[in-house]
Amino acid sequence: MNRPELVCPAGTPSAMRTAVDAGADAVYCGFQNATNARNFPGLNFTIPELEKSVAHAHAGDTKVLLAVNTFPPAGKVNLWKEAVDEGARIGVDAFIVADIGVADYIHKNHPEIRLHLSVQAAASTPEAIKFYCREFNVKRVVLPRILTVPEIKNMADEIPCEIETFIFGNHGLMVEGRCSLTNYITGLSTNMDGVCSPAADVQYIKDDAGNMTTKLGEFTIDCFSCDENAGYPTICKGRYLTPAHDGAYYAFEEPISLNLSTLLPDLMAAGVTALKIEGRQRSRAYVKSVVSAYRKAVDSIMAGGEPEISGLLALTEGQKETQGAFKSKTWR
Amino acid sequence: MSNLAEFKAAIGQDMTHTNPTPEISASSPHLARWMPPAPLFMLQPILRRIVKRVARENPDMFGRLGPHYKANFVIDPMNLPFVLLLRPDPDNLFLRAYRRRDLPDHDAKISGKFLDLLMLVDGDVDGDALFFARELTITGNTEAVVCLRNALDDVDGSIASDVANMFGPVGRTTLSALRRAKQRQTSN
Repeated sequence: MNRPELVCPAGTPSAMRTAVDAGADAVYCGFQNATNARNFPGLNFTIPELEKSVAHAHAGDTKVLLAVNTFPPAGKVNLWKEAVDEGARIGVDAFIVADIGVADYIHKNHPEIRLHLSVQAAASTPEAIKFYCREFNVKRVVLPRILTVPEIKNMADEIPCEIETFIFGNHGLMVEGRCSLTNYITGLSTNMDGVCSPAADVQYIKDDAGNMTTKLGEFTIDCFSCDENAGYPTICKGRYLTPAHDGAYYAFEEPISLNLSTLLPDLMAAGVTALKIEGRQRSRAYVKSVVSAYRKAVDSIMAGGEPEISGLLALTEGQKETQGAFKSKTWR
Repeated sequence: MSNLAEFKAAIGQDMTHTNPTPEISASSPHLARWMPPAPLFMLQPILRRIVKRVARENPDMFGRLGPHYKANFVIDPMNLPFVLLLRPDPDNLFLRAYRRRDLPDHDAKISGKFLDLLMLVDGDVDGDALFFARELTITGNTEAVVCLRNALDDVDGSIASDVANMFGPVGRTTLSALRRAKQRQTSN
């Protein structure tokens, strides 16, 4: 069994240093603009910050993967090209892309730098993935979180590139790269502006009894009673009243996090090359805890032991965790 | 005023009513009940010193605030008898204590237990996790709060330690007591 690469999130330079120190094999990050899918206020890297951070990561033998994984709107593609050119100049180890135009630009202008296909591309069939490999020399695909472990094994046997799967964080069951829920409510696009549920449109309203209502724009997403755990203020994790259901219910997804710690040996045996921790928007405390735990677990498996991970439940959304579709298509 | 008195005042404790190295119960939901009224007039110059020190030590953090550097944030340690008003404008820094009944005008309010807020500032606890557990409440301008959170989270090291160092050994001892209290709370 090959030793998998532990790919960890970094929303700030401090988080990147934390990830490196906690044992990340690779760190993924983005610039402070719409070229990446976590374009949140106050998050991400300036060009000088990325220069320093890449130098620090490389000194720790950690790779840096630059997410340029949103879709340029017509007439604005230069911002994506500039992000790619700066990343190449700085010396990132790979680009994570979703848009075929951006992939083509990198393939033609920076062929020496590895190309990873983002989950935002939603490539979930061998046919689609082979196309990206053939046309753009993609070296790795980040699989959508909708495949079982046996399906991933079959995929590994059929495609000519490495596989990266999420192991912790956002459950992410939507057809990624195609979700327009935020756009419908706020006018901003998750896929082109890089922001899901922009904070400027989020409101938390607490009543005297301690109940909390979450709103995005004019729409109420959920109302948590005072003793109920909360989730992110995203439309896909809202609880809604509909004539088809008694009472409010989670129509799309529940506030719950993926945690595949017990499936790690199966994923590694299935041929997964890289294990990805989600959460660039999270704190360095989250990065430290999750990366350290998974570093220890992967090392334990490679030494013939069992993955022992505990203490991460407090970091999960809604304080609940699942193995999602990786375990079974009927997880819910 | 002694270093001890200054630091006690900074965390809302009157030196005449506490031990030099206090064992603080983090599990008490209402520290304010047994605490004497905070001497706010004594707090204000200390808070000014603290905010200037933190700003001087971490000048890069202001870049992450974007357009919200002039926003007024109320920081509400719910188990202390006062709130803080922060305006992180590097050219006009403002940090001042107010009695809760005199809540000042603000753009956003961040409420939580004092020790949770302290750990949050220090990057020792994940703000989203506190939010999920309903231990942290945000109202008002959410984007401004996200910017402030990200700005503070990008500060390496410990802001609390820097502040404690301003008060010498007494400050460090008191901070250690607070951290022990939080550890006890977490392990219970």
